[in-house]
Amino acid sequence: MNRNIMRILARSGFSLLVVLILVFCLFPFYYAIITSFKSSSELFQASYWVNQLHFDNYQHILGQETFIHSLFNSVLVSTLVVGLSLLLGLTASYALGRFEFRGRSTVLMVILAVSMFPQVAVLSGLFEVIRMLGLYNNPFGLVISYMLFTLPFTVWILTTFMQQLPKELEEAAIVDGATPWMTLVRVMMPLLWPALVTTGMLAFIAAWNEFLFALTFTLTDDQRTVPVAIALISGASQYELPWGIIMAASVLVTLPLVIMVLFFQRRIVSGLTAGAVKG
Amino acid sequence: MPIHESGMSSTGSVLVRRHSKLVVSRIRAAWVFLLPMLLLLLVVAGWPLLRTIWFSLTDATFSNMEQASFIGLENYLIYEDGEWFGILADGLWWRAVWNTLTFTAFSVSLELVLGMIFALVLNAEFPMRGLVRAAVLIPWAIPTIVSAKIWGWMLHDQFGIVNHILMSLALIDSPLSWTASADLSLWAVIVVDVWKTTPFMALLILAALQMLPSDCYEAARVDGIHPVKVFFRVTLPLIMPALVVAVTFRVLDALRVFDVIYVLTSNSSDTMSISVFARQQLVEFQQVGYGSAASVLVFLSVMSLTLIWMYLSNRSSNHGGVK
Repeated sequence: MNRNIMRILARSGFSLLVVLILVFCLFPFYYAIITSFKSSSELFQASYWVNQLHFDNYQHILGQETFIHSLFNSVLVSTLVVGLSLLLGLTASYALGRFEFRGRSTVLMVILAVSMFPQVAVLSGLFEVIRMLGLYNNPFGLVISYMLFTLPFTVWILTTFMQQLPKELEEAAIVDGATPWMTLVRVMMPLLWPALVTTGMLAFIAAWNEFLFALTFTLTDDQRTVPVAIALISGASQYELPWGIIMAASVLVTLPLVIMVLFFQRRIVSGLTAGAVKG
Repeated sequence: MPIHESGMSSTGSVLVRRHSKLVVSRIRAAWVFLLPMLLLLLVVAGWPLLRTIWFSLTDATFSNMEQASFIGLENYLIYEDGEWFGILADGLWWRAVWNTLTFTAFSVSLELVLGMIFALVLNAEFPMRGLVRAAVLIPWAIPTIVSAKIWGWMLHDQFGIVNHILMSLALIDSPLSWTASADLSLWAVIVVDVWKTTPFMALLILAALQMLPSDCYEAARVDGIHPVKVFFRVTLPLIMPALVVAVTFRVLDALRVFDVIYVLTSNSSDTMSISVFARQQLVEFQQVGYGSAASVLVFLSVMSLTLIWMYLSNRSSNHGGVK
């Protein structure tokens, strides 16, 4: 009898904990969504739901040409960052994961050290490089600079996955006289697809969310990425920010990521933990 | 990975020579594969870092980055006419250092405690666990800028839902201005960071929990040991290595904090971190020399911590301890 009551108490306590965790994680995003559907007069009454959906905020933000530009820039930059870091990460991790040579552990140490670089530490030097390359105020300048943080973790995660592949496959290819490049493309890559998808998504999210470089290395509205565009949305004065529009823009840029995370939850988790635990 | 050397070395010199030729060509191939990545890292990390260090020793400004002249350590510290100048004598810099350390200490410890609770819950069996685990990832996926904006709206002094909730629960009697007041704004920043980063912490801890052997738990249950005792005596020591890694990652990350502070409270000195300080000097005041000196100091503090951590973890793994 007593034990039953204890068990019921424990179980309902646990359920309460689960509910609290869900509210903690989901409420802010939920609140952003309902705010984005409010009319400007409803905005200033705190409420937990909307009675009527207003699309004014979405119409406003999607009607702004500069925001569409920013969306396009973000897609372009993130896609190129994924492509470039996967390509370079794949070749580098093949060398680091499957070859033995002097200097291998030094290279791994350098990569680990670069992953700890504070972005601000290279800001003035990188600004100069970007300007010398003629890429200031240009999405391609952002693609290059984002390699600072995507390359280290791409190489790191792919190297751990490379090392887990069985040796025999590669040996068979070598005996058949395949060049290392052919071995990488024909033998290793098909086996690495899951790891490539995972690291690609992590690189995409990192590039999509980046703020400091995007803020510093672009100047005009039409070259910005969405995080900067959202941060710079302003109203008539500092105290009159158009919160409904900001929330609509926020929901728009976050939704693709949320859907991606819900779909590929397991892969993302395995990538995150492979990157960190082996560190 | 060279082909089984032991089997080949005894079969005659021709094979050995061919073998070593293969090894040499494989070493060359390895460097060819590494080269593009290393070159790009040189362009975006190595060279810019050297230039930043150089700028920090000059009087460069935005308009004359090329013709800057060498002034030694004046940007860092100089004694002139009975007064100290330079970053190390700048009250705002030390304020930023203090803010950064406070932010790091509180947000990482809160994330650790909450992340542990999340991980323990997610490690238990219950219906719809997969859905809950996906939901926990959502704050992590939301761009920092967006989460700072969402929380900026929720913490709004007049219309924010947080003040509304706290007032309807009668916890406060007048609205608080979370992001503007000197006492509260750093806490607002910590709250946003904890919200965003706890999922990451929880996932790392959860991964460690799932690798634990189940037999010692069964033994503990058979012996009737209280779960709380099991947690502190069995679980915690076993996942300690993973916790150390997770906390190190987060500390190094928190020391570099920029986005959330810049968006939530802009350049207010109440919350300014060392990265915000450096960027303000560099970009807004266009003092490339002075700002680079601040950047170098940020770099040195993060790097020295990294090196200490690498040294300690290497030493403990060499002694056969945790890795």
